[in-house]
Amino acid sequence: MSDNISREVAEAHWSKTKNLMLITLAVWAFFSFFIHFFVSTLNNIVILGFPLGFYMAAQGSLIVFVVLIFWFASRQNAIDEEFGVAED
Amino acid sequence: MALSMKGDFTDNLGKIYGIYVGGFFGFVVLMAILSMVGVPDRVILWSYMAMTIGIYAFIGIMSRTSVVTEYYVAGRSVPAIYNGMATGADWMSGASFVGMAGTLFVLGYDGLAFVLGWTGGYVLVAVLLAPYLRKFGAYTVPDFLGTRYNGNAARLVGIIVLFACSFTYITAQVYASGIIASQFLGIDFELAVFAGLLGILVCSMLGGMKAVTWTQVAQYIVLIVAYLLPAVWMSTVQFGIPIPQLTYGGALSKIAEYEQILGVAKAHVAPFTTYSPKDYFFLIFCLMVGTASLPHILMRFFTTPTVREARKSVGWSLFFIFLLYFTAPAYAAFSKFNLMGLFANAEGLQLAFTAIPEWMLQWGSIAGHQLVTICGVKAETVMAIQAACEAKGFVGGFPYAELKLNNDMIVLSTPSIAGMPIWVVGLVGAGGFAAALSTADGLLLAIANALSHDVYYKMIDPKADTKRRLMISKILLVVVALAAAFLARTKPSDILSMVSWAFSIAAAGLFAPLVLGVWWKRTTSMGAILGMIAGFSVTMYYLIGNVYGFDLVKGTGDEISWFGVASISSGVFGVPVAFIVTYVVSLITPPPSQEMQEFVDRLRLPGGGQMMVQGVND
Repeated sequence: MSDNISREVAEAHWSKTKNLMLITLAVWAFFSFFIHFFVSTLNNIVILGFPLGFYMAAQGSLIVFVVLIFWFASRQNAIDEEFGVAED
Repeated sequence: MALSMKGDFTDNLGKIYGIYVGGFFGFVVLMAILSMVGVPDRVILWSYMAMTIGIYAFIGIMSRTSVVTEYYVAGRSVPAIYNGMATGADWMSGASFVGMAGTLFVLGYDGLAFVLGWTGGYVLVAVLLAPYLRKFGAYTVPDFLGTRYNGNAARLVGIIVLFACSFTYITAQVYASGIIASQFLGIDFELAVFAGLLGILVCSMLGGMKAVTWTQVAQYIVLIVAYLLPAVWMSTVQFGIPIPQLTYGGALSKIAEYEQILGVAKAHVAPFTTYSPKDYFFLIFCLMVGTASLPHILMRFFTTPTVREARKSVGWSLFFIFLLYFTAPAYAAFSKFNLMGLFANAEGLQLAFTAIPEWMLQWGSIAGHQLVTICGVKAETVMAIQAACEAKGFVGGFPYAELKLNNDMIVLSTPSIAGMPIWVVGLVGAGGFAAALSTADGLLLAIANALSHDVYYKMIDPKADTKRRLMISKILLVVVALAAAFLARTKPSDILSMVSWAFSIAAAGLFAPLVLGVWWKRTTSMGAILGMIAGFSVTMYYLIGNVYGFDLVKGTGDEISWFGVASISSGVFGVPVAFIVTYVVSLITPPPSQEMQEFVDRLRLPGGGQMMVQGVND
């Protein structure tokens, strides 16, 4: 199947894949590092007993990571199908 | 069950594990009833160990195989969700299960670096590596390096890095399983290490990856039930809602009040009281990049049927890991709240010698460990504690500040601290044991497979037949396991440090060549080899230099320190060095052959079947 794929299609597929990679990693970096720089400020906001800065490191970012991977997987599938390079 | 294991096993997974879960709950209920009718505690604890190890052994024996693809990659037939559970068990080690909540208990916010670091790395795995490694279709991580970077030099360097990180890691696991076995079975630590070893080998010896996969799924179920049950219990008792992850906000507010009353300077939720911000973020970075480089994790994604399933499987893995990691802070908060309450509600904020709870003495008197320390002495008898405290000027009781708990005992002791019955205590012990065993199995397989497939088959004797290769692999499994057990007996360091070192080593040595191998076509063999060597050497140099100094003895004053970075974050030096060296050397060496560039092109397209076609004998 991959033998019939032209160079142009492969390149277009890879460029979309790369974009998706950059977007996903940007979200990842935001919730892995950036948001936690402001923990002290965020800790002033307290919801249900949770200071927000603490909550983001203990739960918030984790939930984002799980959702992010499933979102990424479905986006990448859509890209693969769009260019006809998905598995049979 | 035995009948349905044959043939269409993967079609019946839901049914088989459904029966297993039902049986497991039945067993827990049976233990609860037995403990109520007065069966001795010791019998309950031994039953838990015997029952769970018996099940793992049963699965291990039923999954024995002499087919190479089954032995190395479980026949590439593991559905995403089950691979997720297996990866979860593979991932969550004795350190996560036993030590994580304790670390959060002691460090508060700063301990969350581990929670973040050990989850976020999966985004890197899903985006940068797992689908491409699956598409390639190798048996081991060095196998990929050897093919992408033409030849045995890259393969060999990969094996050395793999060995360094996995062996450090497995030593910590065998050590953890020894601690758990010695505490719950009441046997000597040295003996317990070998009991743990037996549990590890019985899962992996006969069936390689296939057996390890299906026992890891079973182990995941045991460990997650064991972890969640006490937390749900405490949440229900204290707040009336059985969702600890939601209710521990209440415990956090209470802790803040108690901290005021007891005059504790380090607030639980305040950041950077132990680690500096630099330490905190460096540690997160090393743990995340290490996640995406650890061979025993990456090789789990070789076992899915398709590239698409490999991606989805990373999501499931993180979901199953998340279930434990977002409960750990709740665990820590409830335990801390309970414990501080003992002091805050006591007369004069001092816990009377006559009111010292049974569990403190029980855990305090375990030989060979300092698990509970009061007024600077091991909490063995009320007399000894009283004498030590009175010498410090505390009469009648002692304050919160004089109580020290070891990180590694928080989870295991929480059921007894919160006054839960023995059948919960036994369940938690079985869960901790499952966590240590499953990770040790994955690591053992990663090492033995690299040695048998990459060193023996690809480098020494390419003509070896299947039977001989599998035999070599099984022998190596036992040899590596024994070596780890002997090292663990010397109690080299604490579990959490050893595990964190493994992450830094893997990150420095393997992340750059793996990622660039897929994402940058221009990466040359020479670039990758030198990059790996440079990254690995820098990190090892700093690690050894920082912890021991160059006379290899701790605390003799010749230890090095660059910018005050802690040894557990030594990957922050190796990772960039590996990238820079790979980049520069690749640019000054001739580009990879046309053939190799096409190879990378094909790697990037999911369709068309896997690339490395393994023959009957391959």
